[in-house]
Amino acid sequence: MKYCDLSKFYDLLLAISAKQSLYVPVNTKGGATWGRYREGVELSRATNTVRSAKDFFFPQTENLMEFKMEGKKIDVIDTREECEDFVLFGVRACDAASFDILDRVYLVDPVDSYYKNRREHGTVVTLACGRPTDTCFCQTFGIDAADPKGDLTVWELENGYAFRANTAKGEALLASVAEFLTDTDDAAVETAKTQIRSILQKLPLAGLTTEGLGKGLTKELFDRPEWASLSESCLGCGTCTFVCPTCQCYDIRDFDTGHGIKRFRCWDSCMYSDFTKMAHGNPRVSQLERFRQRFMHKLVYFPDNNDGIFGCVGCGRCLAKCPISMNIVKVMKTMSKGGNK
Amino acid sequence: MQVTEYKPKIVAFCCNWCSYAGADGAGSARLGYPEDVKIIRVPCSCRVNPMFILRAFQRGADGVIIAGCHPGDCHYTSGNYFTRRRMALLFSMLEYLGVEKERVRVEWISAAEGAKFSKTMTEFTATVAALGENKRLEDLRCKQ
Amino acid sequence: MQAVMEKRALELLADGTVNRVLGWTAGEFIYDVTPAVFETAEEVQNGFLYNDFCGANLSKYLVKESRKEGKILVFLKPCDTYSFNQLLAEHRIIRENVYVIGIECYGKVDVEKLREMGLSGITGIRKADGDFVVETIYGEKTVKQADAMAERCLACKSKRHVVYDELIGEDGEVVEDCNRFDMVEKLEQMTPEERFAFWRGELSRCIRCNACRNVCPACTCEQCVFDNPNSGVAQKAAASSFEENMFHIIRAFHVVGRCTDCGECSRVCPQNIPLHLLNRKFIKDINSFYGTYQAGEDPNAKPPLGTFTTGDREA
Repeated sequence: MKYCDLSKFYDLLLAISAKQSLYVPVNTKGGATWGRYREGVELSRATNTVRSAKDFFFPQTENLMEFKMEGKKIDVIDTREECEDFVLFGVRACDAASFDILDRVYLVDPVDSYYKNRREHGTVVTLACGRPTDTCFCQTFGIDAADPKGDLTVWELENGYAFRANTAKGEALLASVAEFLTDTDDAAVETAKTQIRSILQKLPLAGLTTEGLGKGLTKELFDRPEWASLSESCLGCGTCTFVCPTCQCYDIRDFDTGHGIKRFRCWDSCMYSDFTKMAHGNPRVSQLERFRQRFMHKLVYFPDNNDGIFGCVGCGRCLAKCPISMNIVKVMKTMSKGGNK
Repeated sequence: MQVTEYKPKIVAFCCNWCSYAGADGAGSARLGYPEDVKIIRVPCSCRVNPMFILRAFQRGADGVIIAGCHPGDCHYTSGNYFTRRRMALLFSMLEYLGVEKERVRVEWISAAEGAKFSKTMTEFTATVAALGENKRLEDLRCKQ
Repeated sequence: MQAVMEKRALELLADGTVNRVLGWTAGEFIYDVTPAVFETAEEVQNGFLYNDFCGANLSKYLVKESRKEGKILVFLKPCDTYSFNQLLAEHRIIRENVYVIGIECYGKVDVEKLREMGLSGITGIRKADGDFVVETIYGEKTVKQADAMAERCLACKSKRHVVYDELIGEDGEVVEDCNRFDMVEKLEQMTPEERFAFWRGELSRCIRCNACRNVCPACTCEQCVFDNPNSGVAQKAAASSFEENMFHIIRAFHVVGRCTDCGECSRVCPQNIPLHLLNRKFIKDINSFYGTYQAGEDPNAKPPLGTFTTGDREA
């Protein structure tokens, strides 16, 4: 365990940012967001950023390749470039857990080389949650906000920060800023953890469980009548999907620049009317079906294909941002009770 | 050293019943207009959807002009009156967003006004040239 | 208020005037209320809720609901009645299938504003002497009503219901000095460079979730041009700053003269983009170019872009 005094903390950040791009949560008019660290930048105190940190590994939009045409000749241009090293500082436990979920999609065969490139070059520094909020429910999925994962874990203490490296990447980052660090024992961190855990127990959603949800329950849940009333007021916008750290669906489209084609991929939302649209049309024509797809995917299909792991990390962004306040917690509560099992 | 002169790209939406013929009139009378002006023929000035204007800017236009029949002379009786309202509001919005208002214009040019066509296009091209390249409503993906 | 509304809902269901009720239902917390349709007295008794967080404009749901079997009861706040009227004018709602109860409104609370004050872990809110006492897991804090109120409510344009079958509470008046164009004027006075920088700062946050469009009572196209793959402009995610600009200019333009300034677009934006400032600019321009016009006020009024005069100003 290493320790950095508050007086040296911003120098430490500066030292990291001198070597590679460093991103931290910062406050903007639109709420907390990820911003490039530069001298004088202040870290946001918000519980979490409005958009998750998944953007760094799975950006909202990216070019995959380009085409140029000259007569009958078509040039296919590979636009991939080796990504530069970067550090995310202040990732919360929920977002850190979301990377494991994205890895299960993008790093299994066939490996997504675009994603892998960024994943390999990014170092994730997590920050334990000192002030979890009402919408938090990461503990439902076995995530410990008091001891988050990531390459390097940081705890905010009274007058400084404690650091613990979890991986070789984390070790390397700590070694690169060794001059700002001193050795310390676990006592202060253990106190901080105990305090965080006592807050977690007091959260309004602390009692939420995954009972009656998960692996192998497609038949039980798919035809439940409650989907109709739950989805009734859904606007069909993509807010929940786009603020979600685990939503991983994308669409691939061609953009005609007038002198060539840029093939790009961008986030897609199962809430949209043209999601997975094929030549014959759309497999899910009503909002009820689209709504059901989103939650069945996170609560049943994903666990089915991934050793029972849920496709939700309880970050609570959809609870805070849904225009009509319909969200996964309401779905979980409705579906886990009164099933005809 | 050779300095290449900046040439703005101008898209002109011309009504089939007046300004498009006005362009022909300018030609017959051997009155020139800048070759930077690319004409797109439309059945009426009110056929021009605001999206057309934005798309022109996206694809690299530096200025967009809509030329239609004089008020009262619309082939379809009232199309140009609707154009006038729509464009008054759209142009005001572009200005509100900080886009140079001089990059967009509506002009009434009849089939008989070849001279006006030539003069308007020359003048508009010069105005846009003075503003320089369209930076505020550009799409970097479309740049060569 | 809730008790009176619930009582009327039960009465109208019981006497067969309506067979469904469109209102709000409680969530996990005090603030996360969801619009809901109730079909039985039991459902109303168990789930119906009305509180300071019921800001959602229910009129758009009637496009779908008024086409179902039977009559539906809806509760509309003054600003919602303008949207309702506008949808009637556009023949999007079948009037005879809707029973409208107008409810008085003194402004709604915006939970985002409470969060901006640093309030986290909100567990409850109660009223005390006109202020709000926000209870959180970290303690309590007293917040002035005006500081907690939604931006759109602070510049409320009308407390009058322009359409209703019956009223609960008093009908109010149009608020002449609502100052809703203040920010538009401020922007107009800036230099083009400043305005450009302002809008780039705002619109660059757009994530193209389409919440503004989908919640908008004026956006009721069967298929939006931005969802139509044949339109050439179908965009799913903002791939460039141009697309951010184009989406918002065109969306605002498509509701010119039809936008009632209900403010739902800004309420739902997850990135807090002040989208109402685009709509208000158009409204302000219409007022000054073609005479004062309030969409939704009179369903028989000629829409400003559907009419003209020979003496209109040049573009």
